[in-house]
Amino acid sequence: MTVESRRPTRIPNWWEPEDDGDKASSPEENHMAEIQPITMPKWGLAMEEGMLARWAVDIGTPIELGQEIMDIETSKIANVFESPVTGVLRRRVVADGDTVPVGALLGVVAAPEVSEEAVDDFVRTFLEGFVPEEAGAASGPSAETVEAGGRRIRRLKAGPDTGKPIVFIHGFGADLSTWMLNQAALAEDRPVHAIDLPGHGGSEKALDDGSPAGLATAVIDYMDAEGIESAHLVGHSLGAAIAATIALDAPSRVDGLTLVAPAGFGPEIAGDFIAGFIAESRARKLRPWLEMLVADPQMVTAEMVEDVLKFKRLDGALAALQAVAAANFDGDAQRHSLRDRLADIAAPVHVVWGAEDRILSVAHAEGLPANVTVTVIPGAGHIVHMEKAADVNALIAGA
Amino acid sequence: MSKKSYRQAINEAMRQEMERDERVILMGEDVAGGTGAAGDQDAWGGPMGVTKGLRPQFGPDRVLDTHLAEISFVGAAAGAALTGLRPIVELMFVDFMGVCFDQILNQTAKFRYMFGGKAVTPLTIRTMYGAGFRAASQHSQCLYPVFTHIPGLKVVLPSNAYEAKGLLIQAIRDDDPVVFFEHKAMYDDEMEVPDEPYAIPFGEANVTREGDDVTIVAFGRMVNFANEAADNLARRGISCTVVDPRTTSPLDTETILETVAETGRLVVVDEAHPRCGMAGDIAGLVAEHAFDSLKAPIKLVTAPHAPVPFSPALEDIYIPGVDKIEAAVAAVLDHDRKVAAE
Repeated sequence: MTVESRRPTRIPNWWEPEDDGDKASSPEENHMAEIQPITMPKWGLAMEEGMLARWAVDIGTPIELGQEIMDIETSKIANVFESPVTGVLRRRVVADGDTVPVGALLGVVAAPEVSEEAVDDFVRTFLEGFVPEEAGAASGPSAETVEAGGRRIRRLKAGPDTGKPIVFIHGFGADLSTWMLNQAALAEDRPVHAIDLPGHGGSEKALDDGSPAGLATAVIDYMDAEGIESAHLVGHSLGAAIAATIALDAPSRVDGLTLVAPAGFGPEIAGDFIAGFIAESRARKLRPWLEMLVADPQMVTAEMVEDVLKFKRLDGALAALQAVAAANFDGDAQRHSLRDRLADIAAPVHVVWGAEDRILSVAHAEGLPANVTVTVIPGAGHIVHMEKAADVNALIAGA
Repeated sequence: MSKKSYRQAINEAMRQEMERDERVILMGEDVAGGTGAAGDQDAWGGPMGVTKGLRPQFGPDRVLDTHLAEISFVGAAAGAALTGLRPIVELMFVDFMGVCFDQILNQTAKFRYMFGGKAVTPLTIRTMYGAGFRAASQHSQCLYPVFTHIPGLKVVLPSNAYEAKGLLIQAIRDDDPVVFFEHKAMYDDEMEVPDEPYAIPFGEANVTREGDDVTIVAFGRMVNFANEAADNLARRGISCTVVDPRTTSPLDTETILETVAETGRLVVVDEAHPRCGMAGDIAGLVAEHAFDSLKAPIKLVTAPHAPVPFSPALEDIYIPGVDKIEAAVAAVLDHDRKVAAE
């Protein structure tokens, strides 16, 4: 059972799919395959180390793939870590509160019949062979700016050049870094693009049209410039409304849709969030608004708040945010509805929603047409793709 | 976004503001540089190469290489600001402030107040500070507490390249006189800095680390040392909040007091001398307004009350270092154990 469910756990080398780097795939295959390492994940390109804040499972406990087994904190984010493997937790190599480099051995999972000696051997071999990534050395692909449709668009491209592409489209006020827990996991056998929408992140701040249809043009321009004939589009919030708009207006460009907490599915939005997000320029005042995005406010770190402020400080960013907000929202009301057109989408549509979303209510996921599959994830808010990344990644990969 | 040094970030801030607003001019000793050197329009770009490339791009009318007399060219820059320009004037080393201080203290800082708010003085004074450059006691001081003392001046201490670009753009756009302190040991420090212009507002501290045990308030270059100390301490299970106030005037007292209320312990790190400095100032602020939340006495990590030594060995000991910050945090935490033992 363990062999099938095993997934690469050493994410640091995900941009080099040929170099698995996984200690478990050593010569003693049959035996070793039953023993699996749990290593410090790489959440985002800048992560070099993380703190294991708390183990949630005891030694001897059977754990399932996707089960929350520990809390990990980095300077960017604090989040639950979901098990990449299934088996019995046999060792905790790192204790609560310890900080270790990305890729370091945190614990060992093995079938109950594997001997204690074999587990100890595994740990010893791993520790002897482990070389932490040099600080700042291998940072993987980095975001770059490209020209598309006469606009300057910042994007991060990962994965090989062949395979069915994925294009990630972020929501209002966000940028491509919102996919930091998703992009790497999906880029093993296909090209995965994440872009900054016009007016956002490192893309050009000038906007002609901030509506979903207007921004959809920019995404199609990007796909044209990159030679992407069609792609699986993953959109979040306003980005999901943009993705759905593309599927309706340019169906040949869309292989499938994963819509994460989409805008345009119901009449209302938390207008006070939009207003507060735009208005606040101080970290301490902005933070409560960002905490509205998640079910567990502990997830919002100072660096996350500062990253939002870094975008908002750019010349033209505030004007762009105001323009996008005005084009899409009117106080607590959404200006654009896609609900009546969803049945017309030819591509498979998967909607994912956090049960505790305080920006766009999960009630908008009710009563959708039959061609739309809905997954509601408990214990998550509006940025469910960050809060429950493994679940959302599995849905995207399976779509 | 691309990797830029502190030097490049400062240069880019000036270039982008000069492109955006033709009222922005630059003046100072050797800002073009080159008397007697090859390429006399742009030989050096200042002693550290910070202003290199600006003279060829903007010409001698907007980039003025001045004579060696701070009293007149700093005064001229203040006057130019009053008439509607937005000058950036470079006081090469802050140690030279004595030569031109009346222009700053009694003129520049007072115009708006004494003219009943009818005059604005959008002047940016860029200046180098700090030890670690083997430049001896007349070229190594941290005199920002002197400027912070004077109402009417805004005082900025950028702690890295990102901060430097955004704070300098804010300084140039600000209608009040701003003294912008560049640490001479940081010019080669690189990090990701947006290519686009951006302004970081004054009086808003940056919380660079979040922790539960101790608040560390640090200034300028010391923010990096405090971050490093906090990261080392985190590996030992001690979590620190690090606050970079960014500007000493205006000062974000709210963030300092709130974070101290959360941790109950305070260490202040300042490269300046201890008497009448920012470290004592922050300690006083917290003692007055957050006394009840303190669980241990406040600890200050500063340079000694002595001139910066020329001996490299002594200079290294003189500068507050990561080890001293870690020791101060440990001492503050040790107070609990001592009290418990009694």
